[in-house]
Amino acid sequence: MSTITATLGTGRARRLRATLTTLLAAGVALGAPFYFAPFQVFQLTMVLLYAVALAGLNLLVGFGGQISLGHGAFFAAGAYTAAVMLDRYETGHLATLPVAAVGCFLLGLGFGVPALRLRGLYLALVTLAFAVFLPPLLKRLEPVTGGSMGLTVDKLQAPAWSGLAEDQWTYFVVLAVTAVALLLARNLLRSRVGRALLAMRDNESAAEVMGVRLSLHKTLAFAWSALFAGVSGCVYTWVIGFVSPDSFSFVLSITLLAGLVVGGLASLYGPLLGAAFVMYVPSVAQDISDAAPGVVFGLLIIAVMFVAPTGLAGLAGRLRGVAASRLTRTTPPAADDRTPDSEPSASPAPADPAPVDAEPVGAQPRTEKD
Amino acid sequence: MSAVTELLQQVVEGVGSGAVYASLALALVLIHRFTGIVNFAQGELAMISTYVAWQLVASGMSFWLALPVTLAVSFAGGMLVERIVIRPVQNAPELTMVIVTVGLFIFVNAMAGLIWSFTVKDFPQPFPDGGIDLGGVRVDWSSLGIIAVVAVVMSLLYVLFQHTSVGLVMRAVAGNPASARLSGIRVGRVLMLGWGLAATVGAVSGVLVAPVLFLEPNMMGGVLIYAFAAATLGGFDSPVGAVVGGLLVGVAETLAGAYVDVIGADLKVGVPLVIILAVLLVRPQGLFGRAAVERA
Repeated sequence: MSTITATLGTGRARRLRATLTTLLAAGVALGAPFYFAPFQVFQLTMVLLYAVALAGLNLLVGFGGQISLGHGAFFAAGAYTAAVMLDRYETGHLATLPVAAVGCFLLGLGFGVPALRLRGLYLALVTLAFAVFLPPLLKRLEPVTGGSMGLTVDKLQAPAWSGLAEDQWTYFVVLAVTAVALLLARNLLRSRVGRALLAMRDNESAAEVMGVRLSLHKTLAFAWSALFAGVSGCVYTWVIGFVSPDSFSFVLSITLLAGLVVGGLASLYGPLLGAAFVMYVPSVAQDISDAAPGVVFGLLIIAVMFVAPTGLAGLAGRLRGVAASRLTRTTPPAADDRTPDSEPSASPAPADPAPVDAEPVGAQPRTEKD
Repeated sequence: MSAVTELLQQVVEGVGSGAVYASLALALVLIHRFTGIVNFAQGELAMISTYVAWQLVASGMSFWLALPVTLAVSFAGGMLVERIVIRPVQNAPELTMVIVTVGLFIFVNAMAGLIWSFTVKDFPQPFPDGGIDLGGVRVDWSSLGIIAVVAVVMSLLYVLFQHTSVGLVMRAVAGNPASARLSGIRVGRVLMLGWGLAATVGAVSGVLVAPVLFLEPNMMGGVLIYAFAAATLGGFDSPVGAVVGGLLVGVAETLAGAYVDVIGADLKVGVPLVIILAVLLVRPQGLFGRAAVERA
């Protein structure tokens, strides 16, 4: 893996390129709301918001190798937490975020403990059953949740000093939350939990022998990913200002998983691509027929698993890898280690997100023999 | 009606719906035995089989002629699904296979909507109205019919697996595919056969439940959750467990809906969730399953 990174250029050039890319992305992200019409800004806001949920799901599915068919339920839990707090207790918008996050984390722990004791697919079953059970439960708890009618709450309002329109202000708030969330997801992967997760996915037995407590770390990963979904749901309430049980049917959970798979499992920017997919494909396909989004999603999931298990993001990465190796074939890869400002650490990994992308979940798990 | 007969009445109704869950759970267990995965598209395959039956009946065929035709179509369909969709990812990690079955779930569901629209359709009730009275407990012909059909399917499967050479070959493949291949068994064909059988058993559940739930593309979604609970309760590697689990889940669901006020009709779908969680906490391998022992 280190040779792949090395061929991308020397440390300094690589860092410069990363900085430039980040600045460019930031510039585009900050400029977009001044360029697009309000409805398009709203759609971009939704893409950012879904990206948070997908980043969480990616932690679990892409990096953890576990599958959840019920992340829509955690999304709903976050959304309803925010809506109920705004509706009953009139707390500010900001106060709802930590409550939704912590609440969903604990909910994730609660379901993770029984579901993740065993290897296999029980988490998928439990989360699926939870996702199907939640909408009728929300309807039943009418005094709190407003039943089938749902709850209408205040959306975010642009403060006067900002001079921004409502859609622009909302966009910037969501952009901030998403940026923090994606950064957090990236850093989590380099933490103890993240490294344990990668070790488990690559070889469960080897990880266990090395002292990784499997069920603990799987459960933690699940709880974290539930937290991301909850935050995403909470922000959804801020943006839409309305929640109802029918917005969070089982279809949402399936759509999130589909978006992630198509966007790219185990990739750091796959969630953003997947979120765009979740947002735009149904609205385009719906014009053809009610069933068209499902046909497209279903076919694409299967096709992606067959031909490109790393999704859109992986496809881009692969093309870049091919191009880079063509361009730099003459450069000796060893040059990387002799850059004067290189860190004492022997591992070249943290400088670029690419190394984390390199091992897709669809690939054969590595064994010691390799 | 005394309390006891009322209880018995509820149990009888529970067994009726449990037989349907047992049938779909059996399909899930068959696939799990052969390929080691949980097929999330099993319910949707059953749903599309039911649409085939509906189409045949709507075009003037009698139900009892349409049924065998539907089962034959389902068998062929299941084999095709294995060959086209599952075989290419057979050696991929478990997660990949599961995602593929989820993709299949979405695709089949949407295709049914595309072809037959999402409007609810009446499905003919094959069994006569009315029923018999057993000491105050009324048993509908339709419940009896469902139980009888499921019992016949189970018996046929039992005979197939235990008393025919095809069954012996299938058991060999389920037990150890590598050894089976070395003994000259065409493992690929046997797996196709397994998926075909599972699709057929699933189709039976769809056709039986359609007159009650009415036919629409999302009809089997709820049934699938109950079937998962049934398979978890019985043990994912035990066909007998699937049947017993299905009946128990059906009875538990009916009793909970009738006697626990908090649950009522709308929250009954919480029953499978509770059952799955409870089984995983208390006896994760299920009632009839063998505990998995892993060799590192």
